[in-house]
Amino acid sequence: MTETKDRSSTRPIRVLIGKPGLDGHDRGAKVVARALRDAGMEVIYTGLHQTPEEIVEAALQEDVDVVGLSILSGAHNTLVPRVIELLRQQGMEDVQVMVGGIVPEEDAEQLRALGVVAVFGPGTETEEIVRFTRSCARGA
Amino acid sequence: MSLGEQILQGDRRALARALTLVENDLPQADEVIREVFGHTGRAIVVGITGAPGVGKSTLVDRLAGYFLAQGRQVGILAVDPSSPFSGGALLGDRVRMEGRGSGVFMRSLAARGHLGGLARATPRAIQLLEAAGKDLILLETVGAGQSEVDVMGYADTTIVVVVPGLGDDVQAFKAGILEIGDVFVVNKADRPGADQTMRELRQMLSLGPRLPWQPPVLAAKAQTGEGIEEIAAAILQHKESTERNPEMLQRHAREAERFLREALADRLVADAVARAKAADKWESLVDDVARRRKDPAWAARELAEGEGLQ
Repeated sequence: MTETKDRSSTRPIRVLIGKPGLDGHDRGAKVVARALRDAGMEVIYTGLHQTPEEIVEAALQEDVDVVGLSILSGAHNTLVPRVIELLRQQGMEDVQVMVGGIVPEEDAEQLRALGVVAVFGPGTETEEIVRFTRSCARGA
Repeated sequence: MSLGEQILQGDRRALARALTLVENDLPQADEVIREVFGHTGRAIVVGITGAPGVGKSTLVDRLAGYFLAQGRQVGILAVDPSSPFSGGALLGDRVRMEGRGSGVFMRSLAARGHLGGLARATPRAIQLLEAAGKDLILLETVGAGQSEVDVMGYADTTIVVVVPGLGDDVQAFKAGILEIGDVFVVNKADRPGADQTMRELRQMLSLGPRLPWQPPVLAAKAQTGEGIEEIAAAILQHKESTERNPEMLQRHAREAERFLREALADRLVADAVARAKAADKWESLVDDVARRRKDPAWAARELAEGEGLQ
């Protein structure tokens, strides 16, 4: 059977940008969200003070390709593993997890070992984040 | 198990994936909709529209909480604009939502260039939520101006949200979104001018035709939850009123013909374009129109007749 509908072949990459935990600084998260939008992606921004459970439920409902976690509180060693565990419980291993914030290199190493695809520290160029997000989004 | 069956059994991940299929208008979307269509058309669909910043998202969140507490299965579709330059979108309606876990299923839709205040996939997204068992669906439009009136075509009840002090009383007489409200909400009602805004709206409505349903004008402070119960009651009363009055056109009657027309148009257009392309006629016709050798209506007629479309 031939394809009869005129379908658009470009499927926008969907990214959730969330801030788990208690720190109240979302400037970095907003800058990244804006840069991803300007690169043609659909960015679901969840706002401050989200629990890992809320972030994973939002990622599920929004069917995102990538979850970006912004953490400046130092609690990355508990929050990020929890998000990854919850994603696994939901069968969402195909969703890529990126972390942005202040993360010491030895912690970053551990997070990558858990399956985090990238840890972006202060001073990262937004172009790099855009490039990376595009390359790791499924179906991109 | 097929995706459609999974949705009917309430699998949230299957629902989320099917929503992506209809958003992207992929071929599998047709299959899923075919499977579940018999289980759609059952929910109360409530459209919420109004200018940017009037408090639509907060109102949606509070109504979701209220109806959830009443034992309803609540779904939310929130539409935000796409960038006309990059095609990307910042979908921020979740910021206003209180964490309700998996009790409420919310999906953010980017308008993707569709005009009228909604996304093109909206009707199918509503159908999928209904198939998943949602019996009350809150549909939030993009921050609307005066002509984003599509929502009334998809909703059982349309709520128009305004805030005090949005221009003088002449604004209230303008055609467009002020004509489509079944319920009017003056939000942020503790602000100065709220009484005047309510008076002006009531006055405007009193000048309209006498219908079986007279749209109420309700005050609210969505932030604190004041007025939410009254708005919820008005939604249910409006639903009852439309059911009691056969002369009031119900959503399903309005929808059925439009859905069929739209689906038929999609199909016929795609078929005609595909055949013209196969016959190597498409590019030259587009070129004729671009060079003003043929006007679009003439070119279309040539295609339709020449390609044997009856």
